[in-house]
Amino acid sequence: MLRFFLNKLLLIVPTLIGITIVAFAFVRLLPGDPILLLAGERGVTPERYQKLLMQFGFDRPIWEQYFQYVLGLLQGDFGISISTKREVISEFLARFPATVELSFFAIIFATVVGIPAGIISAVKRGSTVDQTVMGLALTGYSMPIFWWGLLLIIFFSGMLHWTPVSGRIDLLYFFPSVTGFMTVDALLSGQKGAFGSAMSHLTLPAIVLGTIPLAVIARQTRSAMLEVLGEDYVRTARAKGLSSLRVVGLHALRNALIPVITTIGLQVGVLMAGAILTETIFSWPGIGKWMIDSISRRDYPVVQGGLVLVSIIVMMVNLFVDVLYGLINPRIRHQ
Amino acid sequence: MTDTSPAGTTPKVDKQVSTPDERTKNAAADVSREVGYAPTTRLEMALELWHYFRQNQGAMLGLAVFGAIVTVAVFAGVFAPYPPNEQYRDALLAPPMWQEGGSLSFILGTDAVGRDILSRLIHGARYSLFIGIIVVMISLVSGIFVGLVAGYFRGWVDTLIMRVMDVILAFPSLLLALVLVAILGPSLMNAMIAIAIVYQPHFARLTRAAVMSEYNRDYVTSARLAGAGHLRLMFLTILPNCLAPLIVQGTLSFSNAILDIAALGFLGMGAQPPTPEWGTMLAEAREFILRAWWVVTFPGLAILITVLAINLMGDGMRDALDPKLKKS
Repeated sequence: MLRFFLNKLLLIVPTLIGITIVAFAFVRLLPGDPILLLAGERGVTPERYQKLLMQFGFDRPIWEQYFQYVLGLLQGDFGISISTKREVISEFLARFPATVELSFFAIIFATVVGIPAGIISAVKRGSTVDQTVMGLALTGYSMPIFWWGLLLIIFFSGMLHWTPVSGRIDLLYFFPSVTGFMTVDALLSGQKGAFGSAMSHLTLPAIVLGTIPLAVIARQTRSAMLEVLGEDYVRTARAKGLSSLRVVGLHALRNALIPVITTIGLQVGVLMAGAILTETIFSWPGIGKWMIDSISRRDYPVVQGGLVLVSIIVMMVNLFVDVLYGLINPRIRHQ
Repeated sequence: MTDTSPAGTTPKVDKQVSTPDERTKNAAADVSREVGYAPTTRLEMALELWHYFRQNQGAMLGLAVFGAIVTVAVFAGVFAPYPPNEQYRDALLAPPMWQEGGSLSFILGTDAVGRDILSRLIHGARYSLFIGIIVVMISLVSGIFVGLVAGYFRGWVDTLIMRVMDVILAFPSLLLALVLVAILGPSLMNAMIAIAIVYQPHFARLTRAAVMSEYNRDYVTSARLAGAGHLRLMFLTILPNCLAPLIVQGTLSFSNAILDIAALGFLGMGAQPPTPEWGTMLAEAREFILRAWWVVTFPGLAILITVLAINLMGDGMRDALDPKLKKS
């Protein structure tokens, strides 16, 4: 098992190096003077320019610059934001819980709705229910989620006034951030109604972000279930006279879930891309909004650092899923 | 393939409600009756594909809708009642015709500067289809080339190419596209290039896998023994036999490209106003969401319908090409 894990870990090293090369090249490929871009200054004096040149190390050979850059990354130096003058890593950590919270609820929504939908579809294969569910799943898969978010706002916030339009919690609640997760902090604060407010802010964004994963999970569950339902052991279980519920829920589902778990894990990349759009629409103060704001503000150190941090996290989650897959499916581990 | 679904155990009365399995079985019988032997030429294979595709109602619906969108896009000048950027200052934010205050002259209403939404949508269809085609072309051609080289030559070339592909895939797609646009500068063309770069690894991986499975087949060996050069082996002998998965991926990428370009347009990093691109239209409409629902609703609906139609076709194509379903 340890060997399996170490093998996987070794495999991502070249990709990690590649990511740092891309991020390193990013600033140098931008049109314009990289020093002015990184310093965010207009019209610097020649002396100041020389100082910055030395500070960023642009006077040294390119491979040495890269080496310095990676060395900095390893020490947790992801650059300094131009607009706030704060370290990129601390800005990232301040916003990261918001994105995690949103993604967590999105994936919960997608799983809780998607898996049962897929099972029903598989069991009732070919029926109207199946066709409806799969039609909806394909619609969800084809959804421009930024538009979907706006529609939900028009309907639930604009017409029904059920949910707020943006933000994470009502302004009348104020409490110190303990975990960074608004729902948890609201509970910890003990203020009446705070948790409800946090949840109602979370509902629409989570549904929007969870829509595409929901569609993917429902489709994957259906096809995995169909495959498993044709296996001999399922027929045996049926022949033994076990109830349909038991056969489907116990014998079939357990095996069908293996590929589904992988699918759920692989949605993390999708979630990160979706978070950019979802957070923009709902003014959700997470990583996605931070990145898009930084791009439009030309805060390139943030873009550079955020790019590295986000892709490393996505890779780590994928690695975790890979290992988890090996744990629950011994056939993979021993290949 | 045995039919174990509960629906399959009940006797079939009406052919319309038969399961997909049943349908493919019937289709297989039809084909063997019509053709009489296994298809060999390209034309016969295409006919067979069409035969399976036709059985899929969803795919046919997708094809019909897609055909309609293509027609409207090609003849946009004929179908659109007004030029897309013409502003009618006396009809700002006019509601659609069926709503109170709407009129027949602006069927889907007008936007904040009085442009006819229907006309803009019709012209926008041109952009979306054109974008989809260009993105798929760029990523397909470059992906096939790179994948062929990797799968054919193997060794360090393969390792190098596939590691680079891994790196591209390690970034969340939209984020990488945004960063590339930041480098290239926000415009429709640059957004298309960025999306194509992000999609290319999928084609490269598929091609490589297909090439590797074909490489040791007898027909390749005999072609090599007959003296065929590398280029001939790669492009004329092996490549034509790797196309099935690429066609499916191409369809999927076509719809994803439309979605992603619209997303970039929405974020202000794709087509720039006043281009009637659907995502850009949505971005311009955002501030009016609680006042004028129609400026937001219709562009998104256009995106959804187009993407859904293409995905329906893609699903049908995949099922038609899937040998597992056919051999039943």
